[in-house]
Amino acid sequence: MRGHGMKRWGILLGLVVALALPWLVYPPIALDIAVWALLAISVDLLLGFTGLLSFGHAAFWGTAAYATGLVALHTGAPFPVAVIAGAVTAGLLAAPIGYLSVKRTGIYFAMVTLAFAQMVYFIANQWRSLTGGENGLQGIPRDLFGVDLSDPFYFYYAALPLVLLGVFAAWRIVRSPFGRVLVAIRDNPARARALGYPVERYKLLVFVLSATLAGLAGGLHAVGHGFASMDDVHWTTSGQAVLMVVLGGIGTLWGSVIGAALVVQLEDVLATAGFDGTGIVTGAVFVLVVLLFRRGIWGTAAMWLPRARRLPALSRLARRGPGATPSAPAPEALVKKGA
Amino acid sequence: MANFVQQCFNGLVSGAFLALLALGLSVIFGMLGVVNFAHGAFYMLGAFGAYVLLTNAGVNFWLALAAVPVALAVFGCLLERAFIHRLAALDPLYNFLLTFGIALVLQDLVKREYGVTSRPYPPPAELNHPIDLGLFNYPGYQVFVLAASAAACAAVWYLLTRTRVGVVVRAATERPELTRALGINVGAWVTPVFGFGAGLAGLAGVLAAPMRAVNPLMGADLIITVFAVVVIGGLGSIVGSVVAGFGIGVATALCNLYVPALSQTLVFVFMAAVLLWRPAGLFGREEARV
Repeated sequence: MRGHGMKRWGILLGLVVALALPWLVYPPIALDIAVWALLAISVDLLLGFTGLLSFGHAAFWGTAAYATGLVALHTGAPFPVAVIAGAVTAGLLAAPIGYLSVKRTGIYFAMVTLAFAQMVYFIANQWRSLTGGENGLQGIPRDLFGVDLSDPFYFYYAALPLVLLGVFAAWRIVRSPFGRVLVAIRDNPARARALGYPVERYKLLVFVLSATLAGLAGGLHAVGHGFASMDDVHWTTSGQAVLMVVLGGIGTLWGSVIGAALVVQLEDVLATAGFDGTGIVTGAVFVLVVLLFRRGIWGTAAMWLPRARRLPALSRLARRGPGATPSAPAPEALVKKGA
Repeated sequence: MANFVQQCFNGLVSGAFLALLALGLSVIFGMLGVVNFAHGAFYMLGAFGAYVLLTNAGVNFWLALAAVPVALAVFGCLLERAFIHRLAALDPLYNFLLTFGIALVLQDLVKREYGVTSRPYPPPAELNHPIDLGLFNYPGYQVFVLAASAAACAAVWYLLTRTRVGVVVRAATERPELTRALGINVGAWVTPVFGFGAGLAGLAGVLAAPMRAVNPLMGADLIITVFAVVVIGGLGSIVGSVVAGFGIGVATALCNLYVPALSQTLVFVFMAAVLLWRPAGLFGREEARV
């Protein structure tokens, strides 16, 4: 029961930090941290808990940004309605993309999602009448029944419930029986299939859910900044989200929040210092984390807390060398031979 | 008719770059099981290498064509030894992430030095005139690119299927344990093969310099298309990469002639169709169902 209590304190602490964030950092940065954390969590839902690395979440983040912007601009709906419309659009887009992508696993899944996201990018670039092309959508209103939310400080608190809703949804998915099946699929897809679980359907469903959360984040980002642009659908956005997950710790959910906070802060520091070439730093962080620090921040911290020593995703990914799991053929090894 | 044939030629020329990059990616994947995200960055470095050699040292195109791929092969070997090798035993996703990081660093290092504006690179004087192809005149340099990349693809195919080196590499790719048991040091081949793939990307980069815009982002945009190409052809399949590369090039060019709006997304439509009907790729062997 003690562990239960600790968890409750942990959640309470998280809520306090979430509420205090605009006091701790510059308010627009606080909003960026919150929405990027939600995007990173959506990526971790796939990578950490289903074993699928999506390198194309920019497609959902960006599509939702455009959809949210269009709804807000053309209907004048209150911003939460526009954001939810954007998230639903992202979920709808994820259905066909996910249906095709889950036909491949491992490294192929990453390549295929990246390629489909690039397709969305090209379409956004070409469909200027809708997306505004290079100019993007500008002046997206943040209306909420006439309440003045132009101050980023207040907007943060208006947006926070939606972010927390998304985080809570991810947390519930992971803890649910559905989430248990996902972990089973991640650890041994052949066994899950033999037990009668329709593996592809589970993967597709979690892909759509993950994309919806990414869309929620993307819509809030668009409303928070007042614009949606080509950057939102660019592959760098997908890479950024993956970096946050890996830095924070794959398969930990909360690690993604820490990863997002660090990366957003780092980019802000680099931007204010006038450093041109953020990729040099973020790329180097990528290289260092992958080489030396594969458990990520949360994963490493959890190792020191004896209670929380179960990190299924990482132990699996780190163990998975050729022939490292004799009981189950490593799917990667099969892919390698059969490709 | 002349229009149609000419557009086919344009497609073959742009397909040549896709084929060369897909080929290098496939050779590396076959031997190392690594999908090299930095492949686009190597291509960009190849083009910049030629540009820097010309502007700073006055080295002409032909020397650059010989020297730059070799330099990139050496660079690739160093990268493999320093980084990629360390993650060889882990899930290949880690090396995908690692090479993604390397690609970001390389791209932004060049961007910091040279900015994002495209640099002009003149075609070599010997080829800077149209060639009469019967139906129409075609820029000489483009004809050369087509011939050079076809020759390079044929050479790689010959090397892998008709020489002793190729036998060893193919054996090590398909049955590493058995090959080791036959007394061949499989590990010793990993680094040179990675370097070779990087060199091919460098070759494509030098060839691209006189006809494509030389800028730091040229590789990143292309590599994602190449990923779609190798998914279509079947990653790891030499023939598949080359056929899909040229095929996509021609299809895109023809699409540009008749339905220009669709031409950019065509390759992804093809990829979706392949995933639907033949998930392993046109020339890929069935992946074990897991």
